[in-house]
Amino acid sequence: MASQAKNNVIDPIIDNNPITLQVLGICSALAVTTNMTAALIMCIALTSVTAFSGAIISSIRHHIPSSIRIIVQMTVIASLVIIVDQILKAYAYEASKQLSVFVGLIITNCIVLGRAEAYAMKNSPGMSFLDGLGNGLGYSVVLLVVAFFRELFGAGKLFGHTIIPVANEGGWYVPNGLMLLPPSAFFIIGLMIWAIRSWKPQQVEAPDYQIHQVHRTEVL
Amino acid sequence: MAEITQKKGFLGQLMQLPNDDPKKTIFIAIVLCLVCSVLVSTAAVSLKSRQVVNQKNDIRQNILAVTDQFEPGMDMEAAFEKFEVRLVDLATGQYAETDLDPATYDQRKASGSPDLGVRLDNQQDVAGIGSRAKYAPVYILRDGDQIQQLVIPIHGYGLWSTMYGFLSLGSDFNTIQGLRFYEHAETPGLGGEIENPRWLAKWEGKKIYDENGNVEFRVARGYVDNNSPQAEYKVDGLSGATLTSKGVSNMISFWLGEDGFGPYLKSMRSEQGIN
Repeated sequence: MASQAKNNVIDPIIDNNPITLQVLGICSALAVTTNMTAALIMCIALTSVTAFSGAIISSIRHHIPSSIRIIVQMTVIASLVIIVDQILKAYAYEASKQLSVFVGLIITNCIVLGRAEAYAMKNSPGMSFLDGLGNGLGYSVVLLVVAFFRELFGAGKLFGHTIIPVANEGGWYVPNGLMLLPPSAFFIIGLMIWAIRSWKPQQVEAPDYQIHQVHRTEVL
Repeated sequence: MAEITQKKGFLGQLMQLPNDDPKKTIFIAIVLCLVCSVLVSTAAVSLKSRQVVNQKNDIRQNILAVTDQFEPGMDMEAAFEKFEVRLVDLATGQYAETDLDPATYDQRKASGSPDLGVRLDNQQDVAGIGSRAKYAPVYILRDGDQIQQLVIPIHGYGLWSTMYGFLSLGSDFNTIQGLRFYEHAETPGLGGEIENPRWLAKWEGKKIYDENGNVEFRVARGYVDNNSPQAEYKVDGLSGATLTSKGVSNMISFWLGEDGFGPYLKSMRSEQGIN
């Protein structure tokens, strides 16, 4: 049981990462990773929503009618997201201004609904909470890595503090403007997937079909 | 099993039904909605006062910053008391004669409302905002009796979003003292540079109106040659953000022009004996 709990938290961080293995939740990974602060707050918001929605949905799972289960899950998730959004507006106003609509868009994040449907509907509340926590952390790792590269090379800063003095402020570094645009997140996530799959080849998917090798002796 | 079910009463019986029974489905849906709505509304209501304070402080901080009065950690409530807040009727250029409280007046809400908003036709609407409020607040900072700075709220469409900001004018109602944007969703690093303090500092000392009282000021494309005679009416454009720069330029022409604060500023200038 204890090892199961540990697996639920550790597994999704690298081995079963929701972004790099399952390629879910890419949309917000593009939108909120231009700086580390925004990415960090988004990570905390998403992790808490995934964990608590897992626990709540799991605790009422025996009474959820299958015909309306997705709506029930969405209602729970949406309520949690609104509460998180309200808390941010009250206690972290600057950050909530930066994240604007993206906190609200957690509702449509595939990871949250995916974990609710795939795990919380079949497992105990405690385990579902840990599963949500793990998947949230897996998402966070990717987001923070992407935000690290985008903020560092795009603006020469980390968490808003200057690391590399940029040229138009009298430094030597000419920032790479592409890093601040959404496509750069795709490139970084792509490179991360490549790196992780070279490190852990078991994550490489089997090809859907084999390209047929035509030999010279064969009659076409 | 049957006896237990009966003892549990109506609610228990309902919960004992198979999950896909229509009665139970409706019951679960209603209970869930009730619980969730209570939770959401509790959060919204109990945090409301804090959020309102945050929003208010954000506006205040920007007004203080645009007039160069802001210091981190200051008591904003007290600092803001130096400002006189008035509502201006934009069409006549006079202070509005209404019962509306300038301190709680919501210009954004008013511009969309049928009795407090005015629709703009294509010709007028250079800032791309669709409609504007009849009244707009102004924040007046006095030095004794003399008006030292006048802060006006401005907004207009950039590339992706409506940009909201404050523009501060000096005592001649023509020289820019400062500009701040407090809300926008332009591309970070490109159009988002409208928040860059070094760019905003370039605005200080620029003039809005030419000798004939027309809005001459605009955001240039590329760099401004400081030796050119027009330099005092121009500020550098943001590289990589042509459309955002254009939006800022249009926003200035609109809000300082005839359909914006133009009439008000004109009457202020003639009141002070300045042309």
